[in-house]
Amino acid sequence: MGLAGGVRRRRTPVIRYFIRRLTALVPVALGVVTLTFALVHLVPGDPVVAMLGDYAAPADVQALRHELGLDRPLWRQYVAFLYGLAHGDLGESISQREPVSRLIRERYPATVELAVAGLAAAILIAFPLGLVAGADPGGPADMGAMGFAILGISVPHLYLGPLLMIVFSLDLGWLPLTGRGGLSHLILPALTLGAALAAILARMLRQSLVEVSDADYMRTARAKGLSRPRALIGHGLRNALTPVVTLLGLEAGALLTGSIVTEIIFSWPGLGRLMITAINNRDYPLVQGCVMVFALSYVAVNLATDLLYSAIDPRVRLSR
Amino acid sequence: MTARRNPSLVAGGAIVAALTAIALLGPVLNRTDPLAINLSLALAGPGPGHPLGCDSLGRDILARILAGARVSLGVSIVVVALSLAIGAIVGGAAALAGGRIDGAVMRTVDIVLAFPGILLAIALAAILGPGLLDLVIALGAIGWTGYARLVRGEVLSLREREYVEAARALGARPGRLLFRHLLPGVAGPLAVQATFGAGGLIIAEAALSFLGLGVPPPAPSWGNMLDSGRAFILVAPHLTTAPGVAIGLSVLGFNLLGDGLAQRFGRRR
Repeated sequence: MGLAGGVRRRRTPVIRYFIRRLTALVPVALGVVTLTFALVHLVPGDPVVAMLGDYAAPADVQALRHELGLDRPLWRQYVAFLYGLAHGDLGESISQREPVSRLIRERYPATVELAVAGLAAAILIAFPLGLVAGADPGGPADMGAMGFAILGISVPHLYLGPLLMIVFSLDLGWLPLTGRGGLSHLILPALTLGAALAAILARMLRQSLVEVSDADYMRTARAKGLSRPRALIGHGLRNALTPVVTLLGLEAGALLTGSIVTEIIFSWPGLGRLMITAINNRDYPLVQGCVMVFALSYVAVNLATDLLYSAIDPRVRLSR
Repeated sequence: MTARRNPSLVAGGAIVAALTAIALLGPVLNRTDPLAINLSLALAGPGPGHPLGCDSLGRDILARILAGARVSLGVSIVVVALSLAIGAIVGGAAALAGGRIDGAVMRTVDIVLAFPGILLAIALAAILGPGLLDLVIALGAIGWTGYARLVRGEVLSLREREYVEAARALGARPGRLLFRHLLPGVAGPLAVQATFGAGGLIIAEAALSFLGLGVPPPAPSWGNMLDSGRAFILVAPHLTTAPGVAIGLSVLGFNLLGDGLAQRFGRRR
């Protein structure tokens, strides 16, 4: 490779990196869509029988199968599915008799709101904890913060949600119990969703800060006369951030699926609750639509993380 | 000495060992039938004969927690073993085969991993219907990918080592190469990942059961106990406390053990 190669590559515009990442997304997105289709259509068990029950009249089964297009050859169903998808048509919900795309569009903002709030809660908790712990590894603050963090990882949100409800809604009466509304409705679900992520992020940030504090540039910064905290925040933090951002991308999926459980606990009117209701109603077109939107959101979040990653660490777009 | 240097390993190991003992010995420790209904004891608090109280149908909570331990730990261990076996073979084979086979396998892994966490399991469980076997299949279907990726990466780097070169020069076939020479070298990182994985699976199983897609009632699982206890959270919070603490403690145990193992093998998560 050598120096010449390095110089030539440095001229490569950032745009090209973005385009490369975007094109790499196409096969993955197509794969996700195909897998969702395969899940519903290839897994043993007849969705129509499942919807109508074991004792349904054969004529009814046949009629519904025809209505859903399930009597056509598989490849034609797949082509029709992709064609519909390209036009934003995800079929019609069986239980609600409405277009799946409209139902999803109604609920999606609530889920995004919850996920963003959960992420914000996680970051707001994780950064002070991680910084305090990483500034003095082995000290009392570190012990306290990391003890808190390992507790945060271990308490399942299945339990944390009800626990927060008991304390803050029922006993103290500070916050509303369930539903979606203003900021006050958002706090408990966001904490429930963000707690585990906060703990994981805090641990990662601490670890990462401990590692960079041995670096030469940190010694230089200290020799220059910067105090330890200022050196840590001014020079260490940015370098310590790369693994944290990677982890954020990896954990985005946990945030999305965690939102499903959180939505159920807090009766939050989002996509997760829509999906679980659809599953209970055996409403396969709606289940398929929800699963796909969840999965595609995850892919998009991962892309966003990669791009953020390259913004923090320019070496990423040069080396790949 | 080990306890000083690696407290996580000792504490985590102790919790996991205790959990395993409880799961194995459950029915011996508490002879109360976890399915026996006694409506006169509905929502009873902790008391003599029922140390953790009773649920909404008057079933003994301690007996249900102990029986649930078998489900939670059993599912977790079976799924980890299954994913580990599939992941190790697929990842190892892909790395040894290289070229197009490797590319195709890893694209598949990418696509499965492109599905967030338990979403695929939820979708599979929804289609397969609730049940223990279906739960294992659903969780295993996503679990193998992480191991495949780890093993592939490690094997790619081990492959060039001299001892592997030597084994190949002696005429070892790919299968022998993989099982005798390469996989043992990956054992450390695999153990770490499997331990964290087991903790994650306890939560995943609880979440699926909580959503009504896992272990179907009346059989007790920590997840469906949390779900059914939620309705009585105002009048009888002990219905959710017991399974909540059980899940939390087990996950804590596996996480500590994973941390300890990672420290032992000189790797971080």
